[in-house]
Amino acid sequence: MRLTRDRDTCPEPERYELDEASRYRFDLSRRSFLGVTGAGLLIMASHEPAQAQTRNQRDTIAARLHIAKDGKITLMTSKVEVGQGSRTQLAQAAAEELRVPVDRIDLVMADTAQVPDDGGTAGSRTTPSTVPAVRKSAAAAREVLIKLAREQWSVEGLLKVEDGKITDTATGRTLSYADLAGLVDLPKSFEQNIPAEVKLCPVDQWTVLGTSPQKANARNIVTGSHRYPSDVVRPNMLYGKVLRAPSYGAVLTDVDLSAVQKLPGVTVVRDGNFAGCAAATSFGAQKALDALSSKASWKIVPHPSSKELFTYLKQKAATDESGPRKPRVRSKGSLQEGLAAAKQTVRASYEIAYIQHAPMEPRAAVAEWQAGQLTVWTGSQQPQRVRHDLADAFHLPEDRVRVIVPDTGGGFGGKHTGEVAVEAARLSKGAGRPVSLRWTREEEFTWAYFRPAGLIETQAGLAADGRLLAWDFTNFNSGASALESPYEIPHTHERFCYSEPPLREGSYRALAATANTFARESFMDELATAAKADALEYRLAHLKNERLRAVLQAAAERFDWQGARKRRLLGMGVGLACGTEKGSYTAACVEVAVDRERGAIKVLRMVEAFECGAIQNPANLRAQVEGCIIMTLGGTLSEEIQFENGRLLNGRFSKYPVPRFEDVPPIETVLINRLDLPSVGAGETPMIAVPPAVGNAVFDACAVRVRSMPIRGSALKS
Amino acid sequence: MILNLNINGKVRTVETDPERPLLDVLREDLDLTGTKYGCGEGQCRACTVLIDGRPVTSCRLPASSVGSKNIVTIEGLTQGDVLHPVQEAFLQEGAMQCGYCVPGMILTATGLLEKHPNPTEDQITEWMNGNLCRCCGYPKIIAAIRRAAEVRTSIR
Repeated sequence: MRLTRDRDTCPEPERYELDEASRYRFDLSRRSFLGVTGAGLLIMASHEPAQAQTRNQRDTIAARLHIAKDGKITLMTSKVEVGQGSRTQLAQAAAEELRVPVDRIDLVMADTAQVPDDGGTAGSRTTPSTVPAVRKSAAAAREVLIKLAREQWSVEGLLKVEDGKITDTATGRTLSYADLAGLVDLPKSFEQNIPAEVKLCPVDQWTVLGTSPQKANARNIVTGSHRYPSDVVRPNMLYGKVLRAPSYGAVLTDVDLSAVQKLPGVTVVRDGNFAGCAAATSFGAQKALDALSSKASWKIVPHPSSKELFTYLKQKAATDESGPRKPRVRSKGSLQEGLAAAKQTVRASYEIAYIQHAPMEPRAAVAEWQAGQLTVWTGSQQPQRVRHDLADAFHLPEDRVRVIVPDTGGGFGGKHTGEVAVEAARLSKGAGRPVSLRWTREEEFTWAYFRPAGLIETQAGLAADGRLLAWDFTNFNSGASALESPYEIPHTHERFCYSEPPLREGSYRALAATANTFARESFMDELATAAKADALEYRLAHLKNERLRAVLQAAAERFDWQGARKRRLLGMGVGLACGTEKGSYTAACVEVAVDRERGAIKVLRMVEAFECGAIQNPANLRAQVEGCIIMTLGGTLSEEIQFENGRLLNGRFSKYPVPRFEDVPPIETVLINRLDLPSVGAGETPMIAVPPAVGNAVFDACAVRVRSMPIRGSALKS
Repeated sequence: MILNLNINGKVRTVETDPERPLLDVLREDLDLTGTKYGCGEGQCRACTVLIDGRPVTSCRLPASSVGSKNIVTIEGLTQGDVLHPVQEAFLQEGAMQCGYCVPGMILTATGLLEKHPNPTEDQITEWMNGNLCRCCGYPKIIAAIRRAAEVRTSIR
């Protein structure tokens, strides 16, 4: 069974892991299964089903908003908070339309028993999709409240709404939302569809949106009292550990449970390819797992190495235009004609390594069974998907599964799946007690999915004056996001080809927009060099898109592009790049110092301009932009997953360098606030211009073009 | 083995395998879950606690090795309802995204400011460099540390 995915939240549903089948489906007939669980847990006890949620429920005000008799306002959404600021921003959206201070709004997020299905948290969709949905429902609620006040007073005249109070302007009498909640049955009044046309607060009258209130839950974070998924504790809870394969694709052929079964207080579960232990402490569970591991036999399968990765991806690429996994092609004019007319042809290919998300909080889940009802607290960006995976794995109707996502320690596109929830639930079923399962950092590196690696081949034809006539661009494996060039070129052929990736792949902040923008913007620099043109002027000469031009010019101006080019000393270089994805626009200018003997690259300073329409929370936007810039410096300069014989060679922080304090250059951000344009998301696109800007600066510093991410310093050694 | 640990100004008695890491004892036996697991190899410092005022990673530290030294976790930094100046500074600067690294950041910064009340940029980097933030909110964390230093200096 497959979930119907919301196109809104899945920018590339056919490409990314979102279509991956559930990883576990337990066989209920297995003797071992019944042996460890006891029959009682398999009986479907009669009980009130969890409040069933369907898509259309989000169209009623009641599915989204609740106002209690004490005036407390609760907003419900399936979106999750993983650090990107959705909890605060959605509260702002509701507060704006209800005309209350933001701290009056509480959010229930991502509890499948309570919230409407807004889809998962992905694709930068919260701002363009969920914020408008929340605003509409809050505005509709406001209109209902006004109507109720009118009825209470039997007046026709003008009513004013301010600070959670409705005022009859003729008499000055007031009713607060709490008053109304005491006088009428508000939940019942809210049981109505949100009208298609509902008047929203115009942007020039925003008083809550457009400001930067303190982050919701901030006090609990600084005092350590916020409970992340790894911190959830249930009565009588055990801690779990799962037996992992020694290499990718290995199949568990045999495991002797008897020794571990004798350990006091330890539950051991084997179910098909799944085996694991639970004990009173995670230390005890690990000891049991070590004992179990020594009794396990595996069938090992061959697996390619990262050294041959790009040859492998190209060999396995599906290029057949009529095949089942046919390439995605966009073309304009005639590539052949364009190339034939060109006076100069340039070719290059770029490699993008696998990288891992490595959020601070590895995957974690607490599972609890009660009378055939399963509740799981877990860190996931897709609570509905996790519920589906659990129902599928345990052959349950979805209304017997409740998934709750406490605000989680980072996601970055890496937490779309529910494997840890299923594993915790399987152990809990075996133990007959709640089980907390927290992946170790090494498990997170090894068994979570990766950002796809890719090979990108480009070719361009230039006219005698250097102008671009033809553009040919093929991405093998890494994805189609931002595949299309924003430049004005008469003849183009742009293609994404599927391959057979050796590692488990999935979503990652900005998807393939990073890879495609790296290749395109590096190549544009190579073409500017071939045309003997300035990198900025060459881009502007081919660019009509006003929003992209605006960020490029803003970044160049703040950076003093021409001045910086003139001032640079030996071993220093400057570079720029721009790009657009998911409706927002970004450009970066970078200055680097290069030491070729040591193979060292240091980013000295950076300017990034970013535009995402009307800014809804300036402080959070700045934090997202800075975070994106610094995070992507990791994939630019140091991060790459290495593997051999089905094992990771560097799956730990001591071997996989990610950005630290010492790696943060001085950063200036220029945030362009387009109040005349709809707001779009900003948690991803600010990444994409940084890698090529760094690569272009490295080339400017030492005339070596590094066509890979990461840009390895070792490539500079002469 | 029975251990009497001095945690946040109180003696806490636990019975545990002596090899268990302090992190697990704090989280699983004492329900002090503000101290986080991040890597298990002392590379991210999400598990930082103060031991006799010094920031130490607790993920590989056997609980039995601490003896009678004073352990302070993030939960012990607050005095009643009053936040520690470093906590207050993180709050004021909004120095958090997912916040999972924040307890470790705050405790490391507290150790830094004890030793260097007016830290230079290099001292901040040197002391904080072991603490990872994958949201990469480093600029605001640095701003929070500077703010805390200013507040502490002005109080004294």
